[in-house]
Amino acid sequence: MTTQAGHPSDPERQASVLRGADPAAEVQAQREPAGAPASRGTVAQVREDLRGLLPEEAVLTDPARLATYECDGLAAYRVTPGLVVLASRPEHVAATVRACARHRVPFVARGSGTGLSGGALPHADGVLVVTSQLRTLHEVSGEDQRAVVDPGVINLQVSQAATPLGYYFAPDPSSQQICSIGGNVAENSGGAHCLKYGFTTNHVLSLDVVTPDGEQVTLGTRAPDAPGYDLIGAFVGSEGTLGVATRATVRLVRLPEDVRTVLAGFDDTDQAGAATSAIIASGIVPAAIEIMDALAIEAAEAAVQCGYPEGAGAVLLVEVDGPTDEVAHELAEVERICREHAAIELRVATEAADRAAIWKGRKSAFAAVGRISPDYIVQDGVVPRTALGQVLRRMSEISAEQGVRVANVFHAGDGNLHPLVLFDGGTEGETERAENVSGMILDLCIEQGGSITGEHGVGSDKARYMPRMFTDEDLDTMQLVRCAFDPDGIANPGKIYPTPRLCGERPGRHQGAHPLQETGVAEIF
Amino acid sequence: MAHHQVRLGIPGVRGADQPAFDSHRPPSPELIDDCVHCGFCLTTCPTYALWGEEMDSPRGRIHLMKTGLEGAPLSESMVGHFDACLGCMACVTSCPSGVQYDRLIEQTRAQVERRYQRSAPDRALRAAIFTLFPYPRRLRVLRGPLRLAQRLGADRALQRSRLLEKLSPQLAAMQSLAPRLGRPERVAEHTPAVGERRAVVGMLTGCVQREFFPGVNAATARVLAAEGCDVVAPAGQGCCGALSTHTGREEEGQRFARAVIDTFTDAGVDYVVVNSAGCGSAMKEYVHLLSDDPGYAERARAFSARVRDFSEIIAELGPVAPRHPVGGTDAQGVPVPVVTAYHDACHLGHAQGIRQQPRALLSAVPGMQLREIPDAEICCGSAGVYNILNPEPARELGDRKAANVAATGAQLLVTANPGCMMQVAQALERAGRPIRMAHTAQVLDASIRGVRVP
Ligand SMILES: Cc1cc2nc3c(=O)[nH]c(=O)nc-3n(C[C@H](O)[C@H](O)[C@H](O)COP(=O)(O)OP(=O)(O)OC[C@H]3O[C@@H](n4cnc5c(N)ncnc54)[C@H](O)[C@@H]3O)c2cc1C
Ligand code: SF4
Ligand code: SF4
Repeated sequence: MTTQAGHPSDPERQASVLRGADPAAEVQAQREPAGAPASRGTVAQVREDLRGLLPEEAVLTDPARLATYECDGLAAYRVTPGLVVLASRPEHVAATVRACARHRVPFVARGSGTGLSGGALPHADGVLVVTSQLRTLHEVSGEDQRAVVDPGVINLQVSQAATPLGYYFAPDPSSQQICSIGGNVAENSGGAHCLKYGFTTNHVLSLDVVTPDGEQVTLGTRAPDAPGYDLIGAFVGSEGTLGVATRATVRLVRLPEDVRTVLAGFDDTDQAGAATSAIIASGIVPAAIEIMDALAIEAAEAAVQCGYPEGAGAVLLVEVDGPTDEVAHELAEVERICREHAAIELRVATEAADRAAIWKGRKSAFAAVGRISPDYIVQDGVVPRTALGQVLRRMSEISAEQGVRVANVFHAGDGNLHPLVLFDGGTEGETERAENVSGMILDLCIEQGGSITGEHGVGSDKARYMPRMFTDEDLDTMQLVRCAFDPDGIANPGKIYPTPRLCGERPGRHQGAHPLQETGVAEIF
Repeated sequence: MAHHQVRLGIPGVRGADQPAFDSHRPPSPELIDDCVHCGFCLTTCPTYALWGEEMDSPRGRIHLMKTGLEGAPLSESMVGHFDACLGCMACVTSCPSGVQYDRLIEQTRAQVERRYQRSAPDRALRAAIFTLFPYPRRLRVLRGPLRLAQRLGADRALQRSRLLEKLSPQLAAMQSLAPRLGRPERVAEHTPAVGERRAVVGMLTGCVQREFFPGVNAATARVLAAEGCDVVAPAGQGCCGALSTHTGREEEGQRFARAVIDTFTDAGVDYVVVNSAGCGSAMKEYVHLLSDDPGYAERARAFSARVRDFSEIIAELGPVAPRHPVGGTDAQGVPVPVVTAYHDACHLGHAQGIRQQPRALLSAVPGMQLREIPDAEICCGSAGVYNILNPEPARELGDRKAANVAATGAQLLVTANPGCMMQVAQALERAGRPIRMAHTAQVLDASIRGVRVP
């Protein structure tokens, strides 16, 4: 959950909004995960080891400079890192991680710091390894349909470099103008167009990785589908807990011959949702299919005057792309289905400028909510598409019961919801009520067989929700994977899992070994 | 790297370990809280583009202000990161949350200037700049020796010897920035409108503009008159205070601002027209600069509302004077195309949001073929006196801009700020790709008069 601070006027309120209510305690706890070995070294030792290996100015120790790295896109959590390393070569990353491993000092990777779950939240007694100076595009090939890039390269820059060749990089998080490829890999990021084209994981061919013991390895090959375990699959979405990516070979996708964007206004989200299901049931896979509810429309109008259909209780935004004939056919189908579902207005945009005008409202929605509410929480959850209607209805009930407004903007095609919980931190008790509603929404997602995060990751923020979604056995199994890469628990500790355990330690509740271990399926490293 | 300034002496806050800011107009906490830390401003920030470091990004600088408000001291490194900011306001354009970084950095700079003890050479350099630049008469004195030196080729010899550069990179920058100087061309105090009078406009003649680019002022006055404006250029006008205000010399800036307001109020004009982007944006900000001054707050608000950039006022009035080709015509009478790149001065595009007007005006000139410069939103490194105070990053940004301008294949580069003109001209020359340069007003003037661009 993302707590965006609006205009807190008194310091106390600011502290509670910025640091979250109880999460502060958890952040504190991350300084030393339960059961950390007594033999953890210090960042000063790492600093010593790095002398001569890295340029002097690549290692930051100045308190003012360190402070600028204390949070990512989720400013509710702030921890000043012990040391910051600005790597400008993969070897710098390797040398740093090796030094950390030697002294068992935690390290956290950071790309552009736009994560919304506190994944790049530093460790007070650890090292933050920043990739923003590793930003060379090594190869962009239309023939091979791939690009080889440094981890700090910005998502959009890959597409900009590939466009003249007739290609682009398909994963398009709304933050694509600034988020890094390394961050995309770590978060398995996606955007509006992932319904048709898949998330980052579908676009990574090979990764150079510095493992938590400082070894430089290459996962995957330049050709797709290498034999053996899908280690790339394991690494993508691991939120920096399995090592640091230092180079990525990604797939490029041919620019579509034709693109059309449809904007349809409906009386309510139920109808928009039903139209979505009907479109997908008809066999069409739109490039994107997004819904905004009345409150989100109101915010977007206030911010960018997007001119969406007047009086609409919901808008549906559908994009179809591909060969011209196919697009024409799909467009006709989408229009027909929208009409059948009582669309009150339908617009089709062909020209890039007109399409951009339609998207403008959608893309500005998050930031725009700031215009209609002093503070808000950006939630991220997933439900099966067929449960959308029911979940949205339940959500508006919760909203009415609790007296907390919730705006909805979501990737309807894959059931990825981004409820925006509105509140005024200045009013007594509102912050708590909003956080409560935000948690209830996640419970609702889990109840419906969904997930607590679609694309923003677990990070620091949602670790506490993991036990609601997974059993202890599930979590222990995941920890086994983590331990296989990182036996000392130094790679981004405190993230993803609620109670970080050390490898070899007996898993929490269990009396005896992990079931997988008992049955001889897995070993504890 | 960010640690680029030459520093000698023992800099620091007067009264060490005090919180960074005192209570006189500190960076506003409300404005800081508007920042949601999303990072969308990072890619267009020139210092982030150069160094890839959080503390030299808008988000990082806002964070530094925040830690300063929370009690962190005004350390040398903190000041260094504020000083490294070009004030280009690209971050204001790219921020979806409407963070007013322009106000924040101005408040911060004023605090730094008041509270931070700079190194001795740095102080001397700043003192030299501010006893020279804001005073046209002093600049004029400098013109003579410079022109002579240029004619004799002495400055080239001086540049080749790199003696100046060794002595002080800053002085070297100032010396090599001096543009090729033309014959002085003064603007009359009153230029009557041609044909029907549509407005009475005051004209700011500026300091650097007036002394180093007099041709631009003359062209501005002619175009305004041709478009139906009575042009008043009060003789007694002084500096608008842009350089002072943008460098944190708050009181000095306020002094200049009050004088300019007085001058133009007395002149009784409908609008005050400015052809230098930096001056225009500073004058539109008088409303903030003088908000605490009971005698001037209201007048400043009224004054700022009447300030217009040159291209803004022409677009607002609607151009009426006929345009002619500026590159001549071929045997069939078809205008010869002039391939032109338009460079958005940061204080015009980012600070005033004026991008479309100059493009529209230029495109309407017969034969004009406008090309867009790649990475147009990134500053050329001129940034007021930034290139004198921070020559190294300024030079690097200049080189990047030159490469992007050259990539357009343009024969002519048009921009609306004297600083950019000097900076980009110099960088293009360095790259061995010199091209002709003109101010928007000069192109329109040539087109209205039916002559070639200078
Ligand atoms: C306004 C806004 C909109 C957003 N919209 C979307 C969206 O539509 N879809 C979406 O998926 N996300 C979205 N995000 C979230 C965020 O932009 C993505 O998660 C992005 O991929 C993070 O990239 P980053 O470079 O900023 O990574 P960071 O925030 O720096 O790091 C994110 C995580 O990745 C790890 N990491 C970073 N680099 C590496 C590396 N080289 N090797 C290993 N681990 C690494 C970090 O340790 C951390 O756990 C949005 C964020 C904002 C602020
Ligand atoms: S004003 Fe320019 S240099 Fe300064 S922080 Fe903003 S974008 Fe960066
Ligand atoms: S874009 Fe705006 S809100 Fe986002 S980090 Fe920059 S200044 Fe802050």
